[in-house]
Amino acid sequence: MTTITGTRPISREALIDFVYHEARLLDEGRYDEWLSLWLPEGIYWMPLDWQQSDPDLVTSLLHEDQFMLRLRIERLKGARTFSQKPKSRCHHVLNRPFVDEFDPEAGRFVTTTNMHYVETRLDDQFLLAVTARHELRLVDGQLRIQLKRVDILNCDAAFGNIQLLP
Amino acid sequence: MTYTLDNVTKLVQPHQVHRDIYTSPEVFRLEMKHLFRNTWLFVGHDSQVPKPGDYFTTQLADQPVLMVRHSDGEVHVLYNRCPHKGTKIVIDRSGNTGKFFRCPYHAWSFKTDGCLLAIPLKKGYENTGFEKTEAARGLAPVGAVHNYRGFVFARLAEEGIGFEEYFGESLSSFDNMIDRSPEGRLEVAGPPLRYMHRCNWKMLVENQTDTCHPMVAHESSAGTAVKIYEAMGNPEPKPMAMEIIAPFMSPYEFFEHMGVRTWPNGHGHTGVHHSIHSNYSEVPGYWEMMVKAHGEEKAKRILSENRHNTVYFPNLMIKGPIQLLRNFIPLAADRTLVESWIYRLVGAPDLLLKRTAMYNRLINAPTSIVGHDDLEMYERAQEGLQADGLEWVNLQRLFSPEEDLSAVAVENGTSERQMRNQFAAWVKFMKPAPAAASARAAE
Repeated sequence: MTTITGTRPISREALIDFVYHEARLLDEGRYDEWLSLWLPEGIYWMPLDWQQSDPDLVTSLLHEDQFMLRLRIERLKGARTFSQKPKSRCHHVLNRPFVDEFDPEAGRFVTTTNMHYVETRLDDQFLLAVTARHELRLVDGQLRIQLKRVDILNCDAAFGNIQLLP
Repeated sequence: MTYTLDNVTKLVQPHQVHRDIYTSPEVFRLEMKHLFRNTWLFVGHDSQVPKPGDYFTTQLADQPVLMVRHSDGEVHVLYNRCPHKGTKIVIDRSGNTGKFFRCPYHAWSFKTDGCLLAIPLKKGYENTGFEKTEAARGLAPVGAVHNYRGFVFARLAEEGIGFEEYFGESLSSFDNMIDRSPEGRLEVAGPPLRYMHRCNWKMLVENQTDTCHPMVAHESSAGTAVKIYEAMGNPEPKPMAMEIIAPFMSPYEFFEHMGVRTWPNGHGHTGVHHSIHSNYSEVPGYWEMMVKAHGEEKAKRILSENRHNTVYFPNLMIKGPIQLLRNFIPLAADRTLVESWIYRLVGAPDLLLKRTAMYNRLINAPTSIVGHDDLEMYERAQEGLQADGLEWVNLQRLFSPEEDLSAVAVENGTSERQMRNQFAAWVKFMKPAPAAASARAAE
């Protein structure tokens, strides 16, 4: 009953649970578990421009493969990571995800989730209103992230450091 | 301490500067009023305004301006301020205004070269002497504008040093960046990263030729990248991201040997002999395109020049080999907005632009694991400089008392000569602007 198997059909509820779980892992700093949610070719994309369609030939805030995400996570743990002394903390508040695509036969699912993302360090705290789109695949009975696209509502504003991950 | 033009230059000594130069709001105000009026500042690239009526809004130091393409094709730089009540004429970052600007407050309208076109109920100004006022002249132009191969610069002061004299041989870095296009032309690629720094603008500019910090401040990102990659067995070909980030961990000798060159008026660059951009993989088809456009000898000369960071005093940096430009816009003594722009080499393979876009987000974004540590250092310095126990900031690495900053020189790449060069220019241009011709005529 506790594991999702390849034979058991996936429910919309399971997709929504997955999105909440992913945010919880980030908030609790459980980064190694978080990395295990991704497909090997999974990409985390945070566009710079409103409704940006091109990830390659214009600048994005983030467009990272598993190597870069792993580097990002390893850096957060580093002894000489000066911008993380002291460490930042983050907090996600999620609206209930919309299930936009639900194709159990192809094992392909898409959710869209509006969130408030709060990050803090020392005396500073900031809030970002973001929309996260998860493109998920069912592989060996497990949901995995193929693409997480995070659009910041005020993406064209000037920001200070955003050190953790919305 | 109260600062005026008479005493402010005492903050600069040949080998050190007083901390107030970074922290004092009065010094900042003097910089806005004098230094940033007398020097040539970057406005934008003319591909941001390709068609007549296209405009782009920005600020030169604390001055709101707009860059607009007039009907004759010329690019004008005008103060973004209605001559009537002061309302900004346009506030979106870019757009097209058609044949004229129309103020949204009282509908005064202006041609795209700034001239006053019409005022509603104009007869209300008859016999008032209005035609003799500065308002009747329309949107005020900045002091001088120069379009250098697409890059638009402006001097706010009406009179002062000319563009060619001010930049001189330093324009060779722009030439190299632009010549890397087989068509000799760049085009802006998308909006800039906008990164807010709670520190003085000069800290950012100094850091551009600071070659003793990468292996220290960026050990957390570049060093970790090298370690992870080693654990993977250093597989080839190296991913593009590794090619970009690994050279930040190069040893001191690499940076010593890369060399630094300084030019008069505060300009200079690191990476005279080689740089962190020297060993990127070849892009298929590009060499052939360059040979076809320039001939083999010239193509080789262009592509073997891999300058690291070129600083254009006071507040601009470009990376020629990857077509990247950073504009350090001063907002307050302790606040600087950094805009990082990228450009397409017209006629070259997309893969080059893909690498440039990747470099920009990996290194210059508010989400960058490299940028995070730089900003941490600047903000710690801005706070640390409040300490009264020490009042001077040391700039003495490879200094000699005989140093002549008016001469072009190439030195050891870890020298702080370029930082001293910037402060020499700071002193030189921290003066009242020469009287304007129009003001002299009125006297």
